[in-house]
Amino acid sequence: MKKRSLTLVERMTIAIPFTWLATFLALPLVSVAALSIHVVADSIPPVAPLFSVSQGHLALHASMRSFQMVFEDPLYFAAFRNALANAALTATGCLLIGFPIAFAIARSPAGRRNLYVLLAILPFWTSFLLRAYAWMGLIRDSGPINALLLTLGIISKPVAILYSPTAVLLVMIYSYLPFFVLPMYAVLEKLPADLLAAASDLGARPAYVFRTVTLPLSMPGIVSGAILVFVPAVGEYVIPELVGNNSTMLIGGILWDEFFQNRDWPLAAAIAVVTFGLLMLPALLLRRRFGQLATVAG
Amino acid sequence: MTAMQPPILEIRGLSKSFGGTRVLNAINLEVPRGSIVSLLGRSGSGKTTLLQLIAGLHEPDSGRLLIAGADMTGVPPFARPVNMMFQSYALFPHLSVADNIVYGLKARGASRVERELLLAWALELVRLEGLGARRPDQLSGGQRQRVALARCMVMKPAVLLLDEPMAALDRSLRADVQKELTGIQRRVGTTFVLVTHDQDEAMAISDYVAVMDQGAIVQFGTPREVYEYPCTTFVASFLGTINLFAGELVTRAGHIQLVTEDGLEIIANRATSGADRTLVTVGVRPEKMSISRESARNANSFAGTIEQLSYCGNLSHATIRLSQSRVIEATVVNSDHTGATTFKLGDAVHVAFPVEAAVVLSA
Repeated sequence: MKKRSLTLVERMTIAIPFTWLATFLALPLVSVAALSIHVVADSIPPVAPLFSVSQGHLALHASMRSFQMVFEDPLYFAAFRNALANAALTATGCLLIGFPIAFAIARSPAGRRNLYVLLAILPFWTSFLLRAYAWMGLIRDSGPINALLLTLGIISKPVAILYSPTAVLLVMIYSYLPFFVLPMYAVLEKLPADLLAAASDLGARPAYVFRTVTLPLSMPGIVSGAILVFVPAVGEYVIPELVGNNSTMLIGGILWDEFFQNRDWPLAAAIAVVTFGLLMLPALLLRRRFGQLATVAG
Repeated sequence: MTAMQPPILEIRGLSKSFGGTRVLNAINLEVPRGSIVSLLGRSGSGKTTLLQLIAGLHEPDSGRLLIAGADMTGVPPFARPVNMMFQSYALFPHLSVADNIVYGLKARGASRVERELLLAWALELVRLEGLGARRPDQLSGGQRQRVALARCMVMKPAVLLLDEPMAALDRSLRADVQKELTGIQRRVGTTFVLVTHDQDEAMAISDYVAVMDQGAIVQFGTPREVYEYPCTTFVASFLGTINLFAGELVTRAGHIQLVTEDGLEIIANRATSGADRTLVTVGVRPEKMSISRESARNANSFAGTIEQLSYCGNLSHATIRLSQSRVIEATVVNSDHTGATTFKLGDAVHVAFPVEAAVVLSA
């Protein structure tokens, strides 16, 4: 068959997602990257223009100062480390709670699965802020959880959960859970029941079947769920602000402060660029490792 | 080998219901050691459920199941000396061919030496030498089936269960795969119990066929027995085509005679059972019929006209109308190149069959 050029309609069809991605993904990324090498100025906006013309010469006003600060000041290093650790704990928590949920839904009768999925994501139809405030009410010193523990005699005085790293983790795991459960369920639901029956028929006990068949074939779901939780969790700003304390600095909060409090836009942009680089690399590596497997299991 | 060797698989009064529906109704079956037995039936006949009960994937409601003399009640699938080849083959997509084959051995904790010896033996048995490192998605359908077979055979099962082994294969491959499967079975001597809805497949590869209908085994016998002497009209018409004649039985000295409602007089084989009733059905296979222009000296010969004629290469099928309410299907072998073409539509002919070909059916 002769290779033909694309028709106008085909070109326009491709142009729609292309324009979308260029406008809302590539353009902001490029402008943030450009902002990070700007020089701070006492003006509105608070940066000097990248190029200026003075006495007939074109002058470039660029600086790596922001990146130097990010890499040299231990405050930023600690904030990155805290944010990564917090995101990793959130992803682990979502895995430990989300996997059994997804597994149970996938193994329930086919007619009920959609209902259970709906129930699992139903709370997320209400405003996120409302749910965060509900959690604050639940875990505060005079809240029902402390009241119950006091009544049962397990504790003698209220446990301070609210405004602690534990509260941040708790609310983050809760908030990000659907991002783990949904891709996990999608993979587990497609796992052929025949494979599990065959493993059992070949003499494997249930625990061995889980370890050698269920878990390896679940990896694409675990990986995509973990990425979906981990990546946005690293930059999380609102939850630590609402239920955390100020002693544990996370990179999302630092970025906010640099941008809005200190009006250091290039530094905030440099933090964003470094965060982006930090997250893209492992995500690309994981995709390489498990992308192929995902097509087999799917 | 003694004639009284106990059966490798013995089923006594096995029943199973799903959600109030009786799927299996008091099944009795004895599978001789080293044989190939087919469970043949339509979908919904209970054949797959019976196979799953033998494998232990479901527990029966009542009845007993003995494998190599041991009662299997309450024994989980992983502890039963049987293995199942799934219709989908159920190969583990994340494991290589070799790892698929030794999966059961690893689960059992077999030594590395034992695993490698059995792997080499199995790869040679199913002619997949050199493909051990491949992934299942890099294999053809026939090769996948052989991996599934090898994966079971290394376990040296007392009985190998095969669920519709040919269903996932192209029609053109099936005859070869059938030969290969029976070849391997003869070589290793493992007892095969297979489920199929294809009567040609069942007859081609089985030593015994258990014809199933509505949760019961309606007939058990060699392929020849169930084809030539079907005990019911269901078995008779499920295994190929048959002409049925219902009528009143008149026993005369030396033979059995049936008079149909439309007045045909048929002399039937007295060796068959069911001849103690007055109202019976007699079946005659189309290929037992002969067509000629003159009246044959045969006991059963009827005059009619050819209503339909189809030439199928090796055979020709003819529909011959005897009366308003009666047609007879006849199949003739085209043993010379003129075939049945010497007959034309509308020709007046005589259709005849021998006494032995008329089999009395029980229902």
